[in-house]
Amino acid sequence: MTESEPISLEAENVTVTYPSGQTALRDASLRLEGGTICALVGVNGSGKSTLFKALMGFLAPARGTVRVAGRPVREAQKKGWMAYVPQAEEVDWSFPVSVADVVMMGRYGQMNFLRIPRAGDRAAVEESLRRVGMWELRERQIGELSGGQKKRVFVARALAQGGRIILLDEPFTGVDVGTEEAIVALLRELREEGRLVLVSTHNLGSVPEFCDQVVLINRTVLAFGPTDEVFTPENLTRAFGGALRAFEIEHSTVDAHDGRALTVLTDDEHPLVLGRSGHLEYRRRAGREDLVSEREKKAREEQPPAA
Amino acid sequence: MDALLEPFRYGFMLEAFAIGALVAAVSAVLSCFLVLRGWSLMGDAVSHAVLPGIVLAYWAGLPLAVGAFASGLLCAFATGWIKARSRIKEDTVMGVVFTGLFALGLVLMSRTTTDLHLDHILFGNILGIPRAQLIETTVLSGLVLLVVGVLRRDLLLVSFDPAHARALGRPVALLNYLLLALLALAVVSAMQAAGLILVVAMLVTPGATAFLLARRFDEMLLKAVLVSVLSALGGIYASFFLNGSPAACIVVAQALVFVAALLLAPRRGLWRRAGSAGAP
Ligand SMILES: Nc1ncnc2c1ncn2[C@@H]1O[C@H](COP(=O)(O)OP(=O)(O)OP(=O)(O)O)[C@@H](O)[C@H]1O
Ligand SMILES: [Mg+2]
Repeated sequence: MTESEPISLEAENVTVTYPSGQTALRDASLRLEGGTICALVGVNGSGKSTLFKALMGFLAPARGTVRVAGRPVREAQKKGWMAYVPQAEEVDWSFPVSVADVVMMGRYGQMNFLRIPRAGDRAAVEESLRRVGMWELRERQIGELSGGQKKRVFVARALAQGGRIILLDEPFTGVDVGTEEAIVALLRELREEGRLVLVSTHNLGSVPEFCDQVVLINRTVLAFGPTDEVFTPENLTRAFGGALRAFEIEHSTVDAHDGRALTVLTDDEHPLVLGRSGHLEYRRRAGREDLVSEREKKAREEQPPAA
Repeated sequence: MDALLEPFRYGFMLEAFAIGALVAAVSAVLSCFLVLRGWSLMGDAVSHAVLPGIVLAYWAGLPLAVGAFASGLLCAFATGWIKARSRIKEDTVMGVVFTGLFALGLVLMSRTTTDLHLDHILFGNILGIPRAQLIETTVLSGLVLLVVGVLRRDLLLVSFDPAHARALGRPVALLNYLLLALLALAVVSAMQAAGLILVVAMLVTPGATAFLLARRFDEMLLKAVLVSVLSALGGIYASFFLNGSPAACIVVAQALVFVAALLLAPRRGLWRRAGSAGAP
């Protein structure tokens, strides 16, 4: 098998049961090819992290198989193909390792058994750190970073590893909008390079922006395929039930005086919705009748009676 | 002046310096891993757990080191095995396993009338090490140093981020067991020369001191070895004049260096911090 061969990731009827007896995933099947960014979307506890761990071979499925380019996961791991950024890093932050040391650990797969970095390894580390904007902080001890910065370091490590399959479990949680955009730009580059990117997120709004495929999950794979086919209101309702946050204009404080013109700012799952004149809009009218009538009055006063 | 050079005139002192420095270096390297992993008591555990192995080896007519190694390994592996299969925290498992094995050793002991020098095992006899023991300790120590030196980055990786190590296809469980086996080997090789009590201290204090002084792992390894070896040489030297137990003098020297590091470490020292906190 060579690097030029196309990469694929395949799960067939994967069922994962935790030692506590909890079956978190039942008969999950999906198949992805290289050159894609696929979103993994589902409510809390739907089994996203569980699926990631099963795909990485960390959890042995009770039933079903996971294969990478038709081979067992273990073979792909030994070749350094599988990069993984967990939802929460379970590392001891007091270790005497620097930001650059952590990213260099991504290169261990490529090094000989003495793990002595070569020029190529150093260049890969520098490039990844620059891409996530952490090069200036490379000498910092790993615990001396903010939460979002820590996340960026581990994304950089996955980049430095040069994995052909990159799994990111909620990389956007707790990072600011600028960093999210930078990470999305990186993922797009990885897609161009023919890599397979699978990323879980709660940020539904941004999924159509950068993911060409979606896996909807709730204890099993509900649907998967191209974003515009899978991201339908019916599928989303099936995946989220009542947990979906919808800003329904008919029920909101948005009113005719705004000409239904809105500015929607979003930094997370909560969008910030502003009316035309820049005032705050709320999702529900109930309990805010005063506010609505006051705004209507103001709108009437501002408009000439002739109009 | 002559009086100060007096210790270097005796062959047994020179041997003590050499073996003390070697044992100090090996323990220092391992102590870095133990301190970082929160396994500080593992050295203590393994060195207590060797007792039943020693007694059984004595009964069977095997070299005591073989029994001690097997028994120490059993303690380390049993701890890892139980930890992986239950919700009990590691330090608790360790406490149960090593006290159990130590007590078993005491029971076995009481069934034997022996000329085993238990106090030699506990306190060592660094000033009168038999030639065979000298060679054994040197070979085993060299082996441990070599293996850790070569595999230190992988051992650091599985200690720091086992999930990433698995993602790279590294044999995580194997490397963990290897670290425990190296620990058991180090304890056994140092035991008869330096004594269990000294080994236990040496397996914690240098790593703790170096942790205060270093920002990078390789730097930590180097500083731990330096601190440990210098304390060993200083302790043995002082014991000559104090006419005290060399092992005890070494441990005291290490503890003093630790306190000094705690107060005076360049960035994190308490003295430094108190000074800067008081400044406007
Ligand atoms: N170690 C564990 N032992 C037992 N059950 C677990 C374990 N980890 C997760 N679960 C259960 O498995 C189910 C799926 O969990 P998982 O972490 O995969 O969800 P998730 O989709 O990643 O959620 P989130 O959006 O909160 O990250 C949950 O019901 C959870 O309670
Ligand atoms: Mg999760």
